[in-house]
This record gives sequence, C-alpha cells and structure tokens, in this order.
Amino acid sequence: MKISWKEYQKDIADDHYYYARSCIRQNFFPGSEAAFLHILGNDLGRDILDDARHTSCTGIGYHSDIVPLDTIMTVVARQFALMTEAGYENFVSSCITSFGIYSEALEMWHEFPEQEEKAHEYLYKATGREFKKPKNLAHTSDIIFHHRHQIAAQAKHKLINVQTGEPLKVVDHIGCHYAKIFPKVGVGGSEFPYVLSGMVEAWGGECIDYPERRHCCGFGFRNYLVQANRGCPVANSKKKLESMAPYKPDFIVANCPGCTMFLDRWQYAISEMEGTLYGQDGHGIPVLTYEEMAGLVLGYDPWDLGMQLHQVAVEPLLDKMGIEYDPGAKYLGKNGKFIGKPEDSLIGCYTK
Amino acid sequence: MTSWGYSISRPRSIDIDRNDMSYSKELLREYPELQTCIACGNCTAACTAANFTSFSLRKVHTLVRRGEYQGMAEELEKCMLCGKCRLACPRGINTRQIVLTIKKHLANRSR
Amino acid sequence: MTGRVIIIGGGVAGMQTAITLDELGFKPVLIEKEESLGGKLCRWDRLFPTMTPAHEVLDDLRNRLGSTSTEVHTATTVSGIEEEGRGVTLTDGRHLEAEAVVVASGFDIFPAERKEEYGYGLYDNVYTTVDVERMFREGGVRMANGQTPKTVAFLHCVGSRDEKVNQRHCSRVCCITGVKQAIEVKQQIPDAEIFSFYMDMRMFGPGYEELYRQAQQQYNIHFIRGRISEASPTIDHRIHIKAEDTLIGRPLRMSVDMLILAVGMQAGASNEAFSQNRHIELYPSGFLRPLNQFAGNVRSSSPRLFYAGTVTAPKNIGESINEGIAAAYQVARTLNSKRP
Repeated sequence: MKISWKEYQKDIADDHYYYARSCIRQNFFPGSEAAFLHILGNDLGRDILDDARHTSCTGIGYHSDIVPLDTIMTVVARQFALMTEAGYENFVSSCITSFGIYSEALEMWHEFPEQEEKAHEYLYKATGREFKKPKNLAHTSDIIFHHRHQIAAQAKHKLINVQTGEPLKVVDHIGCHYAKIFPKVGVGGSEFPYVLSGMVEAWGGECIDYPERRHCCGFGFRNYLVQANRGCPVANSKKKLESMAPYKPDFIVANCPGCTMFLDRWQYAISEMEGTLYGQDGHGIPVLTYEEMAGLVLGYDPWDLGMQLHQVAVEPLLDKMGIEYDPGAKYLGKNGKFIGKPEDSLIGCYTK
Repeated sequence: MTSWGYSISRPRSIDIDRNDMSYSKELLREYPELQTCIACGNCTAACTAANFTSFSLRKVHTLVRRGEYQGMAEELEKCMLCGKCRLACPRGINTRQIVLTIKKHLANRSR
Repeated sequence: MTGRVIIIGGGVAGMQTAITLDELGFKPVLIEKEESLGGKLCRWDRLFPTMTPAHEVLDDLRNRLGSTSTEVHTATTVSGIEEEGRGVTLTDGRHLEAEAVVVASGFDIFPAERKEEYGYGLYDNVYTTVDVERMFREGGVRMANGQTPKTVAFLHCVGSRDEKVNQRHCSRVCCITGVKQAIEVKQQIPDAEIFSFYMDMRMFGPGYEELYRQAQQQYNIHFIRGRISEASPTIDHRIHIKAEDTLIGRPLRMSVDMLILAVGMQAGASNEAFSQNRHIELYPSGFLRPLNQFAGNVRSSSPRLFYAGTVTAPKNIGESINEGIAAAYQVARTLNSKRP
C-alpha cells in the first residue's frame, strides 16, 4: 500500500461505553464477547456497561422481511433509552448487522425527522421510556482498533511466527454492513477498510491483499436461512477461500458474526462435500474474531477465549504464535467438566 | 462425500484467464471485421429463427470471441442461413459466413 | 480607453483569445498560473484523431502569440474577478485593471484516486490516460518494473457519468482518447492484447468513428461493454478486474498487466471562487454557465465578462480554439460600441 487511508478515520469515543450484544455470536463464538468486556474493563481500564435488559436488534428479522421498519426502529429506540437511563452516551454494538441497523436508524432519523418523532411516540406508548440518540456510535472492532497501540504495549504474543520470525499472514474480512451501507461510519471507508488491518499491523502481522478481499462472504439473510438455497451463499465463501489460498494465510480475522461463522463453518462443509482444504499441511485456515485475536495477543488462554468451538482447528496457529495450551483441556468447560467433543472430521481434528 | 440437500453453485463468470482463447483469436484473424460489431441488434431483429427461438447471432459470436464455446454449435443449428442478417448489418459483417465458419470449427473441435 | 483585456488562463483557448484580440487592436493581458503557457496540452503527446503531435499545435500558438504585444504573466493566480469585468485580484493581493475579462481557465483532470475501487496510487500498473501521454512522450508504455505489458485494459468513463463522485456529465473527449491510446499501445506492442471496457462510445467529432472502427478491425482491440466494478492485485502482481459483459449478460473477470483509467474532465477548482461574482453562474457540474447555449456560448450576463474553452464544458482542442476567436470578437463588439 502506497497511501494510508487516514482521511477516513472516524471519531471513536475513548471511554464510558454502553454495550449491546449480538444474538448469534454467543452461540458461535461464545468467548468473544466475554473477552471484549474483560479486555476493556481489566486490561484497558475502561468503563463499559453490560446491560442485561437490552434485546436483539431484530436485524435478522428485518433483513428477512419479517420485522417491519416501525418495529425495528422502536427496538432501536428502546436500546438507546436504556443507554440514556443508565447515564451513557457512547453506544457500542457487538455485531455488524446491528451496527448497520443503528447507523441506518440514525441516518434515517437525520434525513426524515418525522420518523424519529414516530420512534419517540411508539417507544413512549409501548414502554413509557424516552431516549436520546448516542453521541458516539461504534462497532466493537472500532473500540479495539482505537486501543490497538495500548494492547500492543501489553502484548504477550505478537502476530509473528516464532519459528521463522516472519510476520503472520492475515486475511482481514470486514462484513458488508460495516461500511458498504454508510462508508463514512467505517474506519478506512468502504473500499479499503482499515479497522482490522490496523490491528493486525499494530500487533506485528501482515495483511494479504488478495483479489476477492472485498467480496461478500455470501451470508445474506433470507438467502441462507432456507437450507435448499445455500448453494449460492457457500459458493461466495468458496470463491474467497480459493482466492486467498495461494497466499498461504496463517489465519482469517473477521469483523462480522455472520462472516466469521461462514468462513469457519463453510470450510468444514466444503471439506465434507468436496474434500478440499484451503490451509497448509492438511488443515483449514483458522478463522478468528478480532476479540480472539486481541485475546491471544494479550496472553489469554485459547480455551478461555472459546476457540475450541471453532470448526477449523486453531492449534496450528497457536503453535506458530508460540502459545502454550493444554490439549487435554480443550473440551473441558469453565468448571472442568467435559463439554462434549465433535466427531472426527477432516478439518476439525488436530494431530501433530 | 456428505450431502446436505444443496450443492455448491458453480461460477457463471466469463473467466478470460481460464478460457481457451485460441479459437477466438483464430476467428478474429480470419474475420477481423467481427470486432466492429456495435451490438445494434439489427441481425437479430431481421432473423427468421430469432422470431421463434432464443437464437441471437450477436450473443453467440460475442461468447465465442470471449472463449465461451460450449453449446454454441447447437445454438448455431437454429440459423436458417437465409442471409437477411448480412443485408441488415450496418458494419458490413459477413454474418452468414460467420455462422458457417464457427459451426464448422466447433463441429471439428468436438470430434 | 486603454484597450486592456485580461484573459485568465494560458491554455489553448486563452492563447487564441489573446492572438485574436491583438489582431483586433486590443492589448491582451494573459494570466497563467503555471510557469509556462499551454495548459493541459503541454502534457499531451499526440492528438486524436489525426495523431498530430501536440507540440505542433502548441508551437504554432506560441509563435503567433510571440509576435503579438500580449502582456504575459505566468506563475500568477487570479483569486477573484471584479464585479463588472473591470479587472481581477491576484492571490498575492495585487489588482490588475482592464476593460474586459475573458475567463479561459479550463478544467481539472478528474483525480482517479477518488474512484478508490480501482486502486490508482495504491497498486503498481494502474495508470490514467494522462500518465499514458507522459509515457508516450518519454518513449513508450512501460510497467513499473520497466517491462512492456502484454495485456492491457482501458476503462472508460472514470470520473464521468458517475454521481458517486459528483460527476454526472459526459466529458466527451475521453472516449476518443481511449481509442487513440489503445491504438498507440498496439502500435508500440503489436502482440499485446487490449481490452477496452466502455459504457457507450461517443464518437462526436470528424474522423472519430472512423478511428474507432480502425481500432476494432485493424488493431483488434476488444471492446467490452461494461464498467469495471473493482480492481485488485493478484499474487503475481498483476491487476484483477471484474466487470459484466453486458451484451452477454454475464459477469466477466480477467487479470491484466496494466489498467488504464480514461479520466474525465471536471470543473476547474477556481470556478467556485470566480462565481463569487454575481454575473458568473455555475452549472450543477461546477462548470460556468454561459449566457445561453446557442448564440451566447462565450458570454456572461455582464457585458464585460466572457468565457472561452473548457471553463464552460468539456471540449476538444479545436472547439476551445474556436471559442477563443469567438470570445475575442465578442469583446471587440462590446468595447468598440463603448468607444467615443
């Protein structure tokens, strides 16, 4: 890259965040949100409120034509009301779809103030609550990006191959609703988003610029929900995997819950359907959330980060980074109890 | 191999890097005027076959020029060789001869 | 009655305005912001559709201008135009007086880096048509590694007909520029494969359609109707491009050694400042709106303010030079009618 994309830096609040979770991440990458709260609160000493009262943003329903605009707008208004009541002004969303929904609501209310009036009215009638719009809206990856140098200063591991001393080669995948809907709300804009690559660079890794870097993972919403329709969604992930494979990436880091799930789980599906593996030495390409990446850099235990729930085995990456882990503890839960183990598969088992 | 009730969609892009462009090149060496097609559609508008089938000479020769040969010989079977397209073409392309040439080549190719 | 007429801009339109005004007995004052006269033409190698070397046109204008009494100020920038066309203010604060002002400040080249998806300035071997003219003047088209390209793609309408970069207008001359350069690349590298991605081919001038046809038939340039949606680097440092072949109705992808962006003409950055003058009106495109498009192309609503060349709209060299002559005659008509 000859030019840095500084001109697209967005304002990201420095402290005092109201946290809104994702519906699907807690199932697919269950350690990530806990890690985010821990990194913010303990490693970075920031104030962040994890409020049990907030709900799904209903974005999946909205994008599948089940939830109407008036409804989702009122749900968004309720989240903002909870933030307002708790005395916060900086709203942080843990999901790209939600981030897109919140951005869309704010933009729509800006362009059509009568819609915002409606939202106030609906919310008041339904719940008696009132809301103020957040002063600052950010995605959780924006927050990690904002603190990337502090994290680098506390790093226990770098994104460097300890055997060769070379930077790890990383594929960053952004997610469509982060900056394709409103390019101005994403760090780096829509064509060259910098939010993940900024972290990778700050922590010693190297991002790969491959032909399908900006291509969608294929998630969609209604396109994927019906099983019989999954041929096109999976083909989009496959196209990306084929395009990145020649660069021999050490791992993929993704921004969006859907993309992280897709790029990880489809590697399993493709390996089962076609026998293809896109990684090196008979492995897949590990897919990380940015919290998992930050967590590894800060020295968190991979099993505390929930990485045993990945479909693609992460051990090759841990070995490259020189991270010590207990193979026997992989399938033990927090209380030391066996949580079950997936059946053997081409991509999920790791044998040295 | 496992099946979950769907298959992975195949790419429908024209991939110039992967396509075999050799016949495209040969055809254009023989009939360089084919490149002057301005996609006006006059050939199809005048075409006997196009009124009743999906035949479009413009589409066929454009696909052949991009190295997409599959199914083209069958498409060209629809042409009735009436020659009206040649009269209609504003660029003076010998369209009827193009049909015969591509057909002959693709027939040999599949043999 | 001083007979002094200020011409803002020393490109082809401004030079021609000065030459004609001098012939008509006036005292032209030519103000050019660059170090030397000639405008954008200085950066061009050969001109469509005749392949005439650009310097022939420039030398002729410079020679003719040299034999006039024109007062030339180079490296001088105008910051504002006096309300009734009685002079201009310069960025250094000086004020120059005149009896009339001709605005011939031309256009700006669309900055290709604004179309981020093409990676201009990011990836090696993504160039603009302006870069290609420089390469021709320096001996021919070369890739960043010094080798000649084997596969070249041209993309038309970069910064034209594109509301995403606030350039809704057609820049007119880029179509024929792209055709001319495709031929030139083929002449330089006969075994190169050249693909031109276009939306419409707008061959508006004499000999243009003929050159387009020559490019197709004689030079075997592959014209593909469809806009490139994005360019990205490949593992072997080539450029991967995606488009739709709209005449077939299927996506098309390929990698090329070089991608050349046919950049459009955008309104001059100085137009905004000039429009502080209540007589100077802007089109939504930012070009200056003349009194009318039929009989008043070089006139403004002020009798002492005139326009020539691409300051009002994209034009070719011949049209710009003609407007220089037309503007000079309009100046003469106004000032002569005011003589005692």
